[in-house]
Amino acid sequence: MRRGLFLIALAVLGGAAMARPRTYTLPTDIVPARLAGPQAEIVVNNCAGCHSLDYITTQPPAKGSQFWRDAINKMATVYGAPVDPADVDALTVALQNAVPTDQGDNH
Amino acid sequence: MNPVNRRHFIAQVSAALVVAPEMARSESVRLPFANGDRPLVRLPQKRPLIGLTMRPPQLETPFPIFNEGVLTPNDAFFVRYHLSDLPTKIDPVTFRLSIGGHVGAPLSLSLTQLKRDFPVQEIVAVNQCSGNSRAFSDPRVGGGQLGNGAMGNARWRGVSLRALLDRAGVRAGASQVTFNGLDAPPVDAIPDFIKALDIDHARDGDVLIAWAMNGADLPFLNGYPLRLVVPGYYGTYWIKHLHEINVIDRQYDGYWMKTAYRIPDNDCHCVVPGQRPDKTIPIGRFNIRSFITSHKAGDVVAAGPVVPMRGIAFNGGSGIASVQLSINGGRDWQDATLGEDQGRYSFREWRFAGTFPKGQHDVKVRAVGADGETQPSGALWQPAGYMRNVVEAVQLEAI
Repeated sequence: MRRGLFLIALAVLGGAAMARPRTYTLPTDIVPARLAGPQAEIVVNNCAGCHSLDYITTQPPAKGSQFWRDAINKMATVYGAPVDPADVDALTVALQNAVPTDQGDNH
Repeated sequence: MNPVNRRHFIAQVSAALVVAPEMARSESVRLPFANGDRPLVRLPQKRPLIGLTMRPPQLETPFPIFNEGVLTPNDAFFVRYHLSDLPTKIDPVTFRLSIGGHVGAPLSLSLTQLKRDFPVQEIVAVNQCSGNSRAFSDPRVGGGQLGNGAMGNARWRGVSLRALLDRAGVRAGASQVTFNGLDAPPVDAIPDFIKALDIDHARDGDVLIAWAMNGADLPFLNGYPLRLVVPGYYGTYWIKHLHEINVIDRQYDGYWMKTAYRIPDNDCHCVVPGQRPDKTIPIGRFNIRSFITSHKAGDVVAAGPVVPMRGIAFNGGSGIASVQLSINGGRDWQDATLGEDQGRYSFREWRFAGTFPKGQHDVKVRAVGADGETQPSGALWQPAGYMRNVVEAVQLEAI
């Protein structure tokens, strides 16, 4: 009998555990060191609204300006990012500088 | 989110951003490609994993974990989201899964009903990101710069999608079924992440609505409380936090099917590196892959005595017929011994007794599927970096 009660208690506890709402707290964003300076403010202002900046700094090195122009264009036209056309040139340069350029520095 | 709210949102996010304290070197890994430094990060219900992005979260499994067993532990299973407005609270009591659209009787099911009113099924199946191994593309392509850790194998428990569709009663003329999860875009302009399967595929009996993996509730970041399990298909179809299923009488033309996740429409699903395909189709089944998990490039082994080696192989669902090893760069191949068969969608373990004379050895592994498919000796290339399955090699030194 006592054992039976114990099992019922366990079942209730198990049910309570299953019924508990699950929560997820987004981790605090970090500005990567390469984007911490004033020259990179344009990147933070244009990009960080929708995604963390590690999306940028982990891209392949030395892809050239067209790679980043294409990325900006995709964000603006496909994903509706409100990039001011007057900012595209400066943003392209800042994005190129967000990724290490020396292929040899990380092999 | 309207434009005003969006500006407010950005201001809030900007205020919340903090400058990185120098990331402790001991808490990072260096993946073997240029710009491959990654932090090891710990998110809820996860052990420290390779951090690719934080918002939305994307985590890779450190490769040595694949040598510990054919099932990937839940707390080590990779994470990949597309849109940064994740649900932050999910109540299993009020949660409902809806099945609607081109059906006779739309359903709205609680988790209790789902688990009680339909036959429960289990399947062991690999989930792999379409862009797993993208960072090894040559030339490199944009997108998530993943090593080989955006894959995992689990025992999924749930109910078959066919059972739900049969209960709802699919009407004549149904063409596809769409799937939507609770994760949402941060701004309205970004298309919601919705995927579609053809009706026959949706009713094949293998596609599951799963609530558990490896005997436990899905971790939040792997789709709690329900995710679609599409055995043999790339992870893009395995919708997390699944809450809406819709039967439609046409081909779904949303962004994530019509524009994104497309592959060249030819036999190799590849193009000359740097070129664009003329015609594309939605990505579908995995191609065949195999990996050495017991050794990594640069490892030193003993010259002379047997060196036990092991690894894994998998494909899109025909199952693994054989795995072969070459210790001389692909000139000669020997059969490995296959481990326990956990089903045709699972990782298949292989073992091999290698013997190495003194010197450098280019050790390669390739798998052959029950359908005869094998791996290419040179990497195929796609503009989006999907479906890498080249024969893998590790350089070992025997002394």
